[in-house]
Amino acid sequence: MEKFIKHTGTGVPLRRSNVDTDQIIPAVYLKRVTRSGFEDGLFSAWRLDPEFVFNKQEFKSGTVLVAGPEFGTGSSREHAVWALQNYGFKVVISSRFADIFRNNSLKGGLLTVIVGQAVVDALWDAIESDPTTSITVDLEARTVSYNAITVSFELDDYTRWRLMEGLDDIGLTLKHTDSIDAFEAKRPAYKPKTLPIRV
Amino acid sequence: MGKTLAEKIWDDHIVRSAEGEPDLLYIDLHLIHEVTSPQAFDGLRLAGRPVRRADLTIATEDHNTPTLDILKPIADPVSKLQIDTLRSNAKEFGIRLHSLGDADQGVVHVVGPQLGITQPGMTIVCGDSHTSTHGAFGAIAFGIGTSEVEHVLATQTLPSRRPKTMAINVEGTLKTGVSAKDIILAIIAQIGTGGGQGYIIEYRGSAIRALSMEGRMTVCNMSIEAGARAGLIAPDQKTFDYIKGKPHAPQDFESAQSYWQSLYTDADAKFDVEITINADELEPFVTWGTNPGQGLPLNASVPNPAEIKDAEERGAAERALQYMGLVAGTPLKKIAIDTVFLGSCTNGRIEDLRAAASVLEGKKIASTLRMLVVPGSERVRQQAMTEGLDKVFTDAGAEWRNAGCSMCLGMNPDQLAVGERSASTSNRNFEGRQGKGGRTHLVSPLVAAATAIRGTLSSPADL
Ligand code: SF4
Repeated sequence: MEKFIKHTGTGVPLRRSNVDTDQIIPAVYLKRVTRSGFEDGLFSAWRLDPEFVFNKQEFKSGTVLVAGPEFGTGSSREHAVWALQNYGFKVVISSRFADIFRNNSLKGGLLTVIVGQAVVDALWDAIESDPTTSITVDLEARTVSYNAITVSFELDDYTRWRLMEGLDDIGLTLKHTDSIDAFEAKRPAYKPKTLPIRV
Repeated sequence: MGKTLAEKIWDDHIVRSAEGEPDLLYIDLHLIHEVTSPQAFDGLRLAGRPVRRADLTIATEDHNTPTLDILKPIADPVSKLQIDTLRSNAKEFGIRLHSLGDADQGVVHVVGPQLGITQPGMTIVCGDSHTSTHGAFGAIAFGIGTSEVEHVLATQTLPSRRPKTMAINVEGTLKTGVSAKDIILAIIAQIGTGGGQGYIIEYRGSAIRALSMEGRMTVCNMSIEAGARAGLIAPDQKTFDYIKGKPHAPQDFESAQSYWQSLYTDADAKFDVEITINADELEPFVTWGTNPGQGLPLNASVPNPAEIKDAEERGAAERALQYMGLVAGTPLKKIAIDTVFLGSCTNGRIEDLRAAASVLEGKKIASTLRMLVVPGSERVRQQAMTEGLDKVFTDAGAEWRNAGCSMCLGMNPDQLAVGERSASTSNRNFEGRQGKGGRTHLVSPLVAAATAIRGTLSSPADL
């Protein structure tokens, strides 16, 4: 995973709430067996509408998505995170994210930043009045800044450290194999197993 | 102070905890399907890591499999590649797989319980958000992403933050014609699609205890539609009886059962939030919009966005009505339906098919619509045929299909056409969920069956 320390880019205002992962990447695009190439499916149904914000020239190079509340509800598909990353997004800012989506994003290095809805509203206004507005998301300082405004956001130290170091969770867990072995030694025998198959 | 059920199970699975870090949780069962696993297996191969516990892992093909001609090669080459990839991964890593045509193939969340492999007090994960279904047995069961699938394959653990706890007490008695699906749709309409965010919900109260295991699975299944991490129900005699005799029921049933009996929320435990719902007042429920929180009792009319105060919600309602092709003020019962879908991990179990068949018996579906009946698993299909339910459906004019997710998410050929309107027993009414441009109304199996007969959204009482 790439390290995330600080990112500066322009924003894309997505003024919608309850953006579910079926919209972010519809099921028909989930048949691939790779992690790349999902950008073509990103919001594919909404992109058919020429008025959709992704089709506006001034927002084409945005890397910070600013979305309404309950972003990423629905299906657990991590393809939603990959699609946003494949398209070029580094950060999503919203007042509320669905749990699984947020989990997936932070595992995969797409920074999801939670700020109050008033901050989101102000960001939308700023980006819409000037699409070249530069937004800086500083993970080290845990701040979002634009136009001389700086807002802080919360993220636990552990997740922040992992993202800044670009660390893979599996590697971290495998350091504790002893604890896993010890736990398994104490598991009760009546716990079910899938093998051998019983009919 | 006592503990809630969720806290007891969580604490029993902590492999390691350290200040400031997420708990490392042991996972008792890992379910796998074709869509969210290929990249995880790839990751293992790249890192040269084995699967730690193939004997706690099970795979099935369900999401993009066809429900017709299942033994012919899959026509869509991309779907075929994904299924073939699962088959070769299962073989390479020694994982049990139930393929098309196998007696235990079916929707992953129907397969676990029917094998008796879903048991109280377990931690269960799957790369699928409706893993919450298994919570009906008193387990902590939740959906994960593909990176986490890889993590569980490699380590049989998952670093996770302890969720907060919420109690939803459903007290009273359901009226005839009102079912588990109506309870959960009403809950979501009340607390919203984000209402459960960050919580494990425990469903409690007399109306929950009165539900069958199938009904409890329907309720827990849609916890995710309320935004919750998971949903669960304390196990009781019904739970134990359901597991007994199933292929993977514990051989030492006594020991298992004595542990299971300790799985309840202590009287002095505290939930972070408690909500009470009156079951006596519930009516058959149906969604009118494009998220599962946009639902109303069937007797109501399409809401008028102008009357919604919250600007965000008003905008969402306006967009939803436009997408759904609905006019404010139209009685929901006047909405004509093109396709009725009976199936999915929400309502594709035997009891759901029985409920729908009891309404359809001796009747015909309206000539203006089609009805697809897709059992949740091959075992459910066999059981239904033994009971003659398939005849009831086909005599009524419905299509009797093979098991799978089918039109719940429209990854296989079973899809809605642009503008086509469905009454569906599944769990998501998102834009395009059942096919590009398709419009979905979520309903219970009873409402699905009555709707099929009348051609417009209806409950059995309308017949
Ligand atoms: S039936 Fe629907 S909700 Fe359930 S696992 Fe399949 S696609 Fe997901």
